[in-house]
Amino acid sequence: MSGITVYKDKCTGCSLCAKACPFDAITMVDKKPVIDLDKCTLCSSCVEACRKFGAVEIIRTTTQTPDIEKYKGVWVFAQQRKGVVQPVTYELLGKARELADKLKVDVTCVLLGHNIKDKAQDLIFRGADKVYVVDHPKLEHLLEEPYARIVSNLIRKHRPEIFLCPATSVGRSVISRVAVQLRVGLTADCTGLDVNVDERYLMQTRPAFGGSIMATILSKHHRPQLATVRHKVMKEASADPSRKGVIEVVEFDNTFFISRTKVLNVVDEVTSTVNIGEANIIVAGGRAMGGKENFKMLEDLAKVLNGAVGASRAAVDEGWVPYSHQVGQTGKTVCPTIYIACGISGQIQHLVGMQSSDVIIAINRDPAAPIFNVANYGIVGDVFEIVPLLTKRFQEVL
Amino acid sequence: MNIIICVKQVPDTSEVRIDPVTNNLVRDGVKSIVNPFDMYAIEEGLRLKEKFGGKVTVLTMGPPQAEAALREAISLGCDEAVLVSDRAFAGSDTLATSYTLSKAIEKIKDYDLIICGKQAIDGDTAQVGPGIAATLDIPQINYVRKVEEIKDQTITAERVTEEGYEVIQSTLPCLLTVVKEINNPRLPSLKGKMKAKSAVIQVWSAADIAAAEDRIGLKGSPTWVLNIFTPPPKPRGKIFEGEAQNSVNQLVESLKGIIH
Repeated sequence: MSGITVYKDKCTGCSLCAKACPFDAITMVDKKPVIDLDKCTLCSSCVEACRKFGAVEIIRTTTQTPDIEKYKGVWVFAQQRKGVVQPVTYELLGKARELADKLKVDVTCVLLGHNIKDKAQDLIFRGADKVYVVDHPKLEHLLEEPYARIVSNLIRKHRPEIFLCPATSVGRSVISRVAVQLRVGLTADCTGLDVNVDERYLMQTRPAFGGSIMATILSKHHRPQLATVRHKVMKEASADPSRKGVIEVVEFDNTFFISRTKVLNVVDEVTSTVNIGEANIIVAGGRAMGGKENFKMLEDLAKVLNGAVGASRAAVDEGWVPYSHQVGQTGKTVCPTIYIACGISGQIQHLVGMQSSDVIIAINRDPAAPIFNVANYGIVGDVFEIVPLLTKRFQEVL
Repeated sequence: MNIIICVKQVPDTSEVRIDPVTNNLVRDGVKSIVNPFDMYAIEEGLRLKEKFGGKVTVLTMGPPQAEAALREAISLGCDEAVLVSDRAFAGSDTLATSYTLSKAIEKIKDYDLIICGKQAIDGDTAQVGPGIAATLDIPQINYVRKVEEIKDQTITAERVTEEGYEVIQSTLPCLLTVVKEINNPRLPSLKGKMKAKSAVIQVWSAADIAAAEDRIGLKGSPTWVLNIFTPPPKPRGKIFEGEAQNSVNQLVESLKGIIH
């Protein structure tokens, strides 16, 4: 019977399990834990907390992929847009190579698109041993149905043990369908990946609650183990033109390309700044910026640093900045190298969207503003005075 | 036009704190809310119903207390509500959740559109919406910021991408996941609140939706959480105060190794 069991004879009544439970599902009654099954999500935090005594156990009688040992190799979904392979693919290749070397297997890329055959070689240079190319006019734009159908088919045929996909809007849409078609596990938005070499399973670490907590997820009994990986977290694989590999063009019959959705138009909203999801440096403004016209000074600073402009929800709701620039819970989650928060107080909804940035710099008049709690560096002062000085100073030294 | 809205009850993250001593997530007294992204899904469903007629059914899977989320949806104008609730669902990951909700949707029947929020703020996976579409084998349009047109059994909508947007056309029935940009959710009316109080919420068990035992809960979930931990708190950063030019110079000096 699968479920959670407490072994009262092993329990010492230390209540560590109750403290570890993120869902308040454990109460101590007569010094023994009682689990409220309506609250318990079987997350295993208590099992972990009681590792020393082993008084709590979760028994999983889950199904298993047949011939699980025959699944070998690490695969990467190469994301292309308008025939150009997106840089996030190279980050995934870097990680895939590392995992594959530990497992002593090959790295394979799947590249779908139209007129993209010539892009496969670069994937070999960046660490792939093999590239499956599916080139067809119907694959020019990302359409979930044909993309998922083809990826699922290649996986069924070649049985990789791990499949990594970018955690982009495109990647998430396709791979969720693949997971259902194959009935395997999928872990979203991983920021850390490692393998247990002996048992050959993937340890997938991802933030939840917008980064307030981290969770390590396993899918021990199913193959492949699917994971989407956040952009700007893994190190990009560099190109080595001496690397050799195999490029195989795979043909599919017309039934694979049937789609009930079609793309009528693709519109790039080119603003004065780059896409905040891609940017290495983000200069963001909040309510204290006071008005649309004052964002000009943030653009100036972003320009000097070759960065992008972001905004808090308050600034977007005021109509000073378009929604596409919003960082936070109801906007985008970003993790640039440097995040400069200007006149942003740092409410939790904003912090969850940017707290994984490498270096956070806060500029705020109020020394007690919560943004300073997550900042690596801060200046207490008036943004209207500090920002232009900062722009000028960077111009001098860069 | 019959519309099904899938919602999730989540803890209000603005009230979730980290205990500075134990470094654990403090959820005591944290109130539960309807996932904020699902509020946009509800609003869009209601607007489409107002335009095209039909019925809006709101659906959730969760413990008995998730009923509150459904009552809130009814107070806004949803016609019917279904809670799928069973201890057998405990431990469900996104695959098992997608399956369970799909089975409930098959029982509701007669739908043209399913609308979900783009993701839930507690798990942030954005996988259940597409998972439902795949399980039911219907098309999907994710990250919709605008429904342009619905006619002749097709829907045309704008999907947000990292670079801008795409205009997508799909046949119906279809599943949409929506982003915040799509609308401004309404507040409940007094009449709506009264209606919500007395509304009958249908509660379906695993048996009611004829869910296969090996595809729900722990058994139907290929993934599980090994452990949950709080990232180590950042040490307090270097904060410069006082004369502006001086602070700026010190900051730029500190960043020398990082920005170049």
